Amino acid sequence: MNFELMAEAFPQLIEGIPLTLQLVFLSLAIGFVLAVVIALARLAKDPVLPRLAYGFVYVFRGTPLLVQIFLIYYGLGQFEAVRESILWIVLKEPFWCAIIALALNTGAYTSEIIRGGIQSVPWGQIEAGKACGMSRVLLFRRIVFPVAIRQALPAYGNEIILMVKSTSLASTITILEVTGIAKKLISATWQPIEIFLVAGAIYLTMNFIVTRGIAMSERRLNPHLKDRPLPKRTALDRGVTAASAPAAAVPSKPAE
Amino acid sequence: MEMLSWGDAGWGDELVRAAFTTLLVALAAFGLGLVIGSGAAALRLSGFAPFRWLVEGYTTFIRGIPELLVLYLLFFGGNQAAMAVASVFGHTGYIELDAFTIGAIAIGIVSGAYSTEVIRGAILAVPRGEIEAAKACGMSSWLLFRRIMVPQVARFALPGLGNVWQLTLKDTALISITGLVEIMRQAQIASGSTQQPFTFYVCAAILYLLLTSLSNFGFGRAESWANRGVRRAA
Repeated sequence: MNFELMAEAFPQLIEGIPLTLQLVFLSLAIGFVLAVVIALARLAKDPVLPRLAYGFVYVFRGTPLLVQIFLIYYGLGQFEAVRESILWIVLKEPFWCAIIALALNTGAYTSEIIRGGIQSVPWGQIEAGKACGMSRVLLFRRIVFPVAIRQALPAYGNEIILMVKSTSLASTITILEVTGIAKKLISATWQPIEIFLVAGAIYLTMNFIVTRGIAMSERRLNPHLKDRPLPKRTALDRGVTAASAPAAAVPSKPAE
Repeated sequence: MEMLSWGDAGWGDELVRAAFTTLLVALAAFGLGLVIGSGAAALRLSGFAPFRWLVEGYTTFIRGIPELLVLYLLFFGGNQAAMAVASVFGHTGYIELDAFTIGAIAIGIVSGAYSTEVIRGAILAVPRGEIEAAKACGMSSWLLFRRIMVPQVARFALPGLGNVWQLTLKDTALISITGLVEIMRQAQIASGSTQQPFTFYVCAAILYLLLTSLSNFGFGRAESWANRGVRRAA
């Protein structure tokens, strides 16, 4: 094991982190908006919209991300019309092609997560909202969305981790993020294990932070599931037996 | 359209052959993943702490890093590793692994990490009472494994393994960087020589869709077959 090389490689690999993070955050942000739209389209009462949305999800989940990236970066340039249109300013840049491909991909996966979340909202709550006279938008904003997001959060955390890993594919279209730099270093030094371990550790750290962040926001969004201290005994409780008291204090997770 | 025709004039037969290569390398990787996964799950549940740490380290690390990195590691370091292993067995001399082997091992290692978790969950899902009952009947541990564990673990693991297979199948696209002529590499070659990348990457996407759809259907059938004796509500 060549520790000197590892110490040398570390600062170089670190330089790729900003680009990796940009790819992750931009594509997640665009993908999330897309996912909400697709999820709503899938649940719409319409003969065409749900099928279109399902088709989109089916294609993007059934093909490798690498094909999607190449199709956008290399494929679209085949058409004269695309090359001469104003879109070419964006589509000739590998960075934006990677963003578009990653966003479409995560949009497809995330829409399924959001759809599951929306469908898990108890019907009674929606009825109650309607009975209060809420408009559809208000109902979605105040009742459906907040409940769905809590339900979908753990699965979305996994999706974020997948995205952190997926950004490595951007290196195949000349983007020098962490994996791209790692590949360059490996082919220059021919010491694959050392570079692999350092680059792997960087990704692992990023994903560890994501996991912690998701766990924290889960606790923040579900404060009622926190371990609460046992309720103080009052005069009224004297009749309660010792065996039955703690049982009420243990918060039970809602069944999935 | 004639570009996709059969024979020397078109790329149709090359693409279909490449699809078979994709299928083969995916099967090899998935099979390797199953072997790794079964072994690792057994070690994980053996109750011996160092084994547990080892397996947890493996699954956490591999699932937390990009597949591409694993592939680069083996692509650049696979031959060294193979020679090191061979020298233990007294073989000295140069070994060069081909692209298929390197790709199958790399994706197999990734697939194995996901399989480990699926199989571990399936083993834990076997009711303890059944294992006790088998022991009470005087079954040897081998018979218990064969008659009680394997049939149920296979059934419980099937949906999860279906997902792992889909992941593995799609990950094989990465093997194109090693030069193995599977769907992705073939599409690259064809678009390079015809200057029609869109056409050929769409073809590649369709071939992948075909493979994933067919295997989805297959796993669905296998699941209903495996669960034919199970009563379900609704």
